[in-house]
Amino acid sequence: MTAPSSVDGSPGGAVQSRAVAVAKSLLDAAVTPVRGALNYAGERALLLAAAIGGLFRRPFRLRLFLEQMEFVGVGSLPIICFVGFFSGAVSAQQAIAALRIFNQERFVGATVGISLAQELAPVFTALMITARAGSGMATELGSMRITEQIDALTTFAVDPIQYLITPRIVATVLMMPIMTMVFNIVGLIGAYGYSIYLEHIDLGQFLEQFRYWTDPKDYIIGCTKAAVFGVTLSVAACYQGFYVRGGAKEVGLATTGAVVAGSVSVLVSDFFLIDIFHILWPYNS
Amino acid sequence: MARRDERWQIRVRGLNKTFGPQHVLRGVDLDIERGKTNIIIGGSGQGKSVLMKHLMGLLKPDSGQIWVDGVDVVPFKDAEMTKLRRKYGMVFQYAALFDSMNVVENIAFPLLERYSLPKAEVMERVRDLLRRLDLADVPGIEQKFPPELSGGQRKRVGLARALIDRPEILLYDEPTTGLDPVATKNVDEMIQRTAHDFGVTSVVISHDMASTFRIGDRISMLHGGKIIVTGTAAEVIRSPLPALREFVETSGLVAAGAPS
Repeated sequence: MTAPSSVDGSPGGAVQSRAVAVAKSLLDAAVTPVRGALNYAGERALLLAAAIGGLFRRPFRLRLFLEQMEFVGVGSLPIICFVGFFSGAVSAQQAIAALRIFNQERFVGATVGISLAQELAPVFTALMITARAGSGMATELGSMRITEQIDALTTFAVDPIQYLITPRIVATVLMMPIMTMVFNIVGLIGAYGYSIYLEHIDLGQFLEQFRYWTDPKDYIIGCTKAAVFGVTLSVAACYQGFYVRGGAKEVGLATTGAVVAGSVSVLVSDFFLIDIFHILWPYNS
Repeated sequence: MARRDERWQIRVRGLNKTFGPQHVLRGVDLDIERGKTNIIIGGSGQGKSVLMKHLMGLLKPDSGQIWVDGVDVVPFKDAEMTKLRRKYGMVFQYAALFDSMNVVENIAFPLLERYSLPKAEVMERVRDLLRRLDLADVPGIEQKFPPELSGGQRKRVGLARALIDRPEILLYDEPTTGLDPVATKNVDEMIQRTAHDFGVTSVVISHDMASTFRIGDRISMLHGGKIIVTGTAAEVIRSPLPALREFVETSGLVAAGAPS
């Protein structure tokens, strides 16, 4: 049996080329997931870039933007109010349980106010909007793709991204902060209801601590996050639907994928945004 | 070729297109006759739709030329491409009507997108087409949405949408595939009447042999990425090429005088 040899036939060369092969496959194993992740992000970034480009070219179809804003925002109001109210109440319940350890239940207005403003309202609103509007966008775009409606748009020299995607992304970015504020208000009502009527916290204390400790900056942080979430969730949903290939089954998979991808994108960007805001506004300010 | 030809409205030379590992079009040469019904036949997955998309400028070839009225359109940029598209109307296999719009909005769509015409004129043109395509009698047709229409009605609305901007060339993507024989005959008649009433050049993709030989003025077969035979119905049906014979014979057509 002969030992494996390299091009020049020498045994030393064989060991060398073996080492090179092993190194290459190790490098591949390390690089492939990174390249995959970059690919994933890059494709969506390209779609976002094309959609933004569509904002600056004629014709400007205002009606499409308004229709999407109604779908994403107004249509989501009932569920935002419902989830907001109960989230506020639950948040108050948890806060009181924790503050009780230190006999500081009177601060519940403050803790709930800040946590709603900075975290709960933007994140929960984004998750609700992903589930409702994100899945709706993916399904609608996917169905249009498989029934050749998107091809039909192209035959009329209409840019499908400008016509379909741009209004959806812009509508979501605009409506997210608004719905987040609705969530804040309804959440506070829920927290108020729970604290005052079920836990008998002093009303004056609740309101005063809320007023004293929450700042405009909390709401600025929350609404900025909401806008960023609006970008990530709508791009995730639109990408899934727009590039569907296949039939009804694939549209269904795209819808599921849109909700999953949108939700994950919200939670991951939340982490990075928290860090950014922490740098801008350290805790003790 | 760089001159408007009275007989040949579109001339394709040496068209090549590859999708990844698949070399779909391998040097296609094709002539589309002005004012006639040109039918492109071929097996499923042979690249007929890809070829048609090239004619409309929806795809760019890897190499080759497409002469439309004496101008090579392959190097066209966006602005010229937009102008070129106005010569065409496309009728999709399942009509591809916009679900979010009603019949009137669908038909008017090309006009509303391309021009700013007064609403009255747009409505007049829409109604004219509804009449000419026998849709005006359907009660409430104007406000109906695509899911409320029958298959035949949807096809006609799709055709109306393709016709409203008075194209010179109509492209039909497998118009009779999946239809029962009566519906097939209706669609064939619609294609012929449209060609006659509107004076358009028709390019039809089909693998329906009966329709093809019934209404085709000029028939070309795409096989292995090339056009292997082209001519009148009478010429093509007598061709000895094996691919064509298989197509003709398995569809049950028997041509008088065809070699056995």
